[in-house]
Amino acid sequence: MPKTMKPVDAVMIGVGWTGGILARELTKAGLNVVGLERGDFRNTNPDFLTPGVHDELAYAVRNKLFQNPARDALSFRNNVRETALPIRQFSSFLPGDGLGGAGVHWNGLTWRFLESEFKLRSNSIAKYGAAVLGEDCTSQDWGITYADLEPHYDRFEYLCGISGKAGHLNGKKIAGGNVFEGSRKREYPNPPLKHSYSQEMFRKAMSDAGLHPFIAPSANTSQAYKNTEGVQMGACAYCGFCERFSCEMSAKGSLQTTLLPILLKEPKFELRTNSHVLKINVDSTGKKATGVTYLDPSGNEVVQPADMVFLTAFSLNNVHLLLLSGIGKPYDPATGTGIIGKNYTYQAGTQATLFYEGKHFNQYMGAGSLSMGIDDYNGDNFDHSGLDFIGGGVIIQSTGSARPILYHPVPKGTPRWGAAWKAAVAKYYNSSLGFNAIASSQAYRGNYLDLDPTYKNEQGQPLMRMTFDWGKHERKYSDWLLGRFDTMAKSLNPQSYTLNALSEHNSVVGYQSTHNNGGAIMGTDPAHSAVNTYMQVWDVPNVFSMGASAFPQNAGYNPTGTVGALAYRTAEAVTKRYIKNPGLLT
Amino acid sequence: MSDHVSRKDFVAIIGTATAAVAVPTAAGAAAVPAPAGMAPMEMAANTAQPGGMAPLGNEPEAYTYFTEPEATFIEAAVERLIPTDDHGPGARSAGVAFFIDQQLLGAFGTAAKTYRGGPWGVGTPMQGYQLRQTPAEVYRQGIAATEAYCNKTYQSRFAELTAAQQDDVLKGLDAGTIKFDIVPAKTFFEMLLQNTVEGFFADPQYGGNRNKAGWKLIGFPGVAAYYADKITDYNKAYNVTPVSIADVQQGLPVAEGHQLMHHMAMENAKRLDEVNQ
Repeated sequence: MPKTMKPVDAVMIGVGWTGGILARELTKAGLNVVGLERGDFRNTNPDFLTPGVHDELAYAVRNKLFQNPARDALSFRNNVRETALPIRQFSSFLPGDGLGGAGVHWNGLTWRFLESEFKLRSNSIAKYGAAVLGEDCTSQDWGITYADLEPHYDRFEYLCGISGKAGHLNGKKIAGGNVFEGSRKREYPNPPLKHSYSQEMFRKAMSDAGLHPFIAPSANTSQAYKNTEGVQMGACAYCGFCERFSCEMSAKGSLQTTLLPILLKEPKFELRTNSHVLKINVDSTGKKATGVTYLDPSGNEVVQPADMVFLTAFSLNNVHLLLLSGIGKPYDPATGTGIIGKNYTYQAGTQATLFYEGKHFNQYMGAGSLSMGIDDYNGDNFDHSGLDFIGGGVIIQSTGSARPILYHPVPKGTPRWGAAWKAAVAKYYNSSLGFNAIASSQAYRGNYLDLDPTYKNEQGQPLMRMTFDWGKHERKYSDWLLGRFDTMAKSLNPQSYTLNALSEHNSVVGYQSTHNNGGAIMGTDPAHSAVNTYMQVWDVPNVFSMGASAFPQNAGYNPTGTVGALAYRTAEAVTKRYIKNPGLLT
Repeated sequence: MSDHVSRKDFVAIIGTATAAVAVPTAAGAAAVPAPAGMAPMEMAANTAQPGGMAPLGNEPEAYTYFTEPEATFIEAAVERLIPTDDHGPGARSAGVAFFIDQQLLGAFGTAAKTYRGGPWGVGTPMQGYQLRQTPAEVYRQGIAATEAYCNKTYQSRFAELTAAQQDDVLKGLDAGTIKFDIVPAKTFFEMLLQNTVEGFFADPQYGGNRNKAGWKLIGFPGVAAYYADKITDYNKAYNVTPVSIADVQQGLPVAEGHQLMHHMAMENAKRLDEVNQ
């Protein structure tokens, strides 16, 4: 018999960005909350202190902060005709592990999705005709608008102290900011970061070409900042150890730097780490969750009863737990019926690397999200007439990830080893720069998540199976973008340059991004969505599935800003309306 | 642009007014004997407190995973992948063979952070590594198969071939023109190349990158430093002696930006101690 704990008002499955935000808002409203985190407890002091925390081999190469596939992995295949095999080592995406989740090791690029993104399907059909989507594209509208999310984006930005410059403030466009962004009600909480030499070159060249460069909004704080919770953050040192690392300066927005000091002192919040949730329990009607069953640190089963269950794990793990718990109907690509696992999407990419003679770019200085960007080729910011694709991506020139094991670019044609390789690495390590697109990923009928029939995790539960490949929109955009990249690269006058198109097939080898989206998508219609726009599971409305698993498809941006905004929107609806009158929110 | 951070700036960075930059005291460095062909590792002199941990002292390093013939093979192979030349020391002198040995004995070599469940299928390249072998086993089998190939082709061990012959063998592994039965030659080569690059550029605490040869080659300053005052020094070289994790931990003399970074992080830790009380 598993031990049964005292019932609580709400349980968070996973304590990262969304679990932390919900726990804070719900306890503030007087509810008792338990946070179950399957990884370790960790805090800035002592876990993230210098100098050991800036060890490229341990953190960036040996995956110190990431989910351990020996305990839980996924299987992968490109299409239903293949047999999925386990992802034995995480490489193309790196789910976080431990308190704070992937929000500890992220770079910090914090965007608001474009207004057009929220009506992607209807806008695309209205502007370019239904044929542009293609038969198998299942991208859809979000069921909410940018205006619905604006105040919640604002809350997340002020929680993290985002550094940036508004490009569209109360309807007025402002040069130097991103003029394509939706109108915001107030400036960013902190001024933009200082930008590097390569970024100044990029800014000037793009501006001369008539494009609209801007410094990207960043969760690396440009100055010391006391956030909206009264928590003091530090200022970014531009140390260049950000993505895949944690921050010893409290200068990158994360659970630890924004909310954890409050939560740890909150008597209505109880955090249990090394506690792995096995499933969400539902009552005999199947319409109401009663709580969760989890393994305690020693592996004993424990039942935690709760009136509300929040899936606040990494996006993929939210979907996995819905499937393992039998909540919602699993999606079947053969018939197009069912919903859990549908519209799994990712993040497409196209890269350019430019090589110079004798320049000093010092790319090892900088910050994870220190980037100069253009948004001219993103979303519906450009006319897609005659292009036969939808979507696009923000294009950024970033400085601050040039750690030498993983970053030592050489021109095309250089041998992969030996004296010529060594000479080229020495010559170009500090004299190269790159820019890349963070491109949208549309949903297709054949891309989905379900339970693997063969492979099991440490608990003996089926791994989640990922079936995914690029579709028409990602491929055609990348091909089209290469032409623009060629022009952009030439305008920066390098000695030589290399352009990398989107891979022919998606691969789990080689890092791309940890922007895994969909599988428990949001919408206004239970036939086409797993959750409503308040993240309530249609079939079991006291289960809320948070995070990027709710994205109907992915935009041409990093996801965290929208993940945070959606969490604040749900928190508001729950605390102001749901707790007075539990049931489906409308 | 000033190379120094003023007290006012510093207070602004930390968000507290209690900061003062402490300069670590200098300590000497002692050399530790190393296997033949490898540069000795720099070790700090005894800076331990009375009753604290004794320094490593003069204990020699030893290969713990590789057999002696395997170590000889790896030392020769990594030196061809990153040779000693006019640009500076190569992988052998940088201790890369020792680095790989240590890695194979630990979590990497034993595939501790790898999904190990069967069945073991042959996948597409997009599905990634699917061998049943751990990296340590790939090395053991890959070295044996390469030595067998050298014996058959040249009637010689790999380490005794000329540099040009060694390169031919490595090119054959890289291109997949040399094939093995027990382990894919290409897989073995890719692992060897990847680990060689790791050992050349990783923090020296792991036994490679000796005398920071890899970092000196490319001008990487090492572990995190404070660059907020350098980031706008456009097109200006930043030349410092690279700094390792041990340098900072042991309070050895390091570049100003590194000192400042460590000091500020420690100040932040003190501040957090107060917050968390």
